[in-house]
Amino acid sequence: MRRHGWLRLPFWLTYLFLYAPIVVLVVMSFNRNESPYSWGGFSLDWYGRLAENTSIRTGLVNTLIVALGSTALSTVLGTLLAVGLARHTRSRLLDALSTLPAILPDLVIAIGLLVFYSAIKLTLGLHSVLIAHTVFGMAFVAAVVRARLGGMDTSLEEASRDLGATPLTTFVKITLPTLAPGILAGALLAFTLSLDEFVIAFFTAAPSEPTLPIVIYSMVRFGVTPEINALATLLLAVSFTVVIVAQRLTRLTEALR
Amino acid sequence: MTARQPARVLGKAAGRLATMGPGFGFLAVFLLVPLALVLSYTVFRRGRFGGVVYEPTGENFARLADPLYLDVVIGSVKLAAITTLLALLLGYPTAYLIARLPARWKVVALVAVVLPFWTNFLIRTYAWIVLLNSEGPVNSGLEALGLGPVELLYTDGAIVAGLLYAYLPLMILPLYSAVERLDPELREASANLGARPARTFWSVTLPLSLPGVLTGCVFVFVPSLGNFVIPELLGGGRRIMVGNLVRDQFLKARDWPFGSVLALAVVAVLVALLFAQAWATRRAGRGA
Repeated sequence: MRRHGWLRLPFWLTYLFLYAPIVVLVVMSFNRNESPYSWGGFSLDWYGRLAENTSIRTGLVNTLIVALGSTALSTVLGTLLAVGLARHTRSRLLDALSTLPAILPDLVIAIGLLVFYSAIKLTLGLHSVLIAHTVFGMAFVAAVVRARLGGMDTSLEEASRDLGATPLTTFVKITLPTLAPGILAGALLAFTLSLDEFVIAFFTAAPSEPTLPIVIYSMVRFGVTPEINALATLLLAVSFTVVIVAQRLTRLTEALR
Repeated sequence: MTARQPARVLGKAAGRLATMGPGFGFLAVFLLVPLALVLSYTVFRRGRFGGVVYEPTGENFARLADPLYLDVVIGSVKLAAITTLLALLLGYPTAYLIARLPARWKVVALVAVVLPFWTNFLIRTYAWIVLLNSEGPVNSGLEALGLGPVELLYTDGAIVAGLLYAYLPLMILPLYSAVERLDPELREASANLGARPARTFWSVTLPLSLPGVLTGCVFVFVPSLGNFVIPELLGGGRRIMVGNLVRDQFLKARDWPFGSVLALAVVAVLVALLFAQAWATRRAGRGA
């Protein structure tokens, strides 16, 4: 470190830049003042106001429905896809296709689905967001599970087949349990991405059924209220907990391997 | 054995269909068909209330050259490029130092980089409204120093700050994995041969980590170009970027063909940059 003394400035600047806004938000959420910009003493008022806010509550429920549904669908489709890509084909084209939703800008996926839904005259609602989130969720699950498949020993699967097990039995009894940590990590990723996703939901949701990010967007657009600080603090706490737990989990599974 | 051959071929096909069939079927319907629709819309006339009239036209592409839209494109490219450059200037030294940390601290430093990235994107953008507001903490600080208040919010600078905040981790991670892989012996050899640290950096470290640099640049530049939320919330709608234009063509102006052309342009930039990145990776691979 000593030799790189002058590099420390941008290093610490990066972390200051990343965390200063978060610290300000959290501090402001405990601020008694109506103006979100000056300090008026400690208070939990905004958390109370937040709990009474029905549009946020509806948004949260909608978001959870979409995230749970799309995660379930993404996990099944993505896991199967990963196994197929690793075991049944060498096509680089199919490989590229499976990662396409993760590479394409979200705006492009969003307008594509808007145009498509309109062409088939599908009524927008939570189902249309759920499908849209599955498009990219599946790609991330497939990528994570494939990484796990890459390091997997195939001799167990071969032994199972040699002993006369059907492909389905081998898949359920050998492949799936070995892949479980990868599948769990992929599902967690798909869930978190769906919870936070705004752009695609904005284009594919019905105005009457907004997800939480859409509700936050309209709140931020039509004026600043300190309730958002409280909401931000809660969401930060949830995200930080999930990331740290996931981090611990992966370290645990690595230690067990 | 010969009798089992057709059964095995059949079994292979069944395995393929059972594993990849549902996933690729889903992607074909909900990704490829929509993309093909968008692509086809670029050559048709606009419908009055969205959609298209199926009369071929070159008008939509011609409109890209309209000075009004050209200005938007140039302005967006400029802001996205400044963001990318700043991300590189902050990100490279950070990634470099993280790679030199002891293993324990490495994990902590990396998680700390990614952590803000896992919080809601709108909340992260909102944080900058609070920070940069005329009564916000930054301006209070400036006032205390006798320098303020300065208008910080609703400027290009605020947009760049927001974009940088949103995408900086996407620069640091690929840089980190590129720097981490470098063989320390190469740098030592360079130093032993009498090269100064700066010389070693410019002729050994940087060229070898170039693929990571380019990956990071693509990861920051492309989403910055297509973002419409940050220009709206932090730019106050004064600066229109390509993302805003696309959003407006689809949701406000209802000119889907022109919106499709703009989206295609963003994808074209992405593809060009990915090719440049792949080319640089191959070159760096040969040099090592």
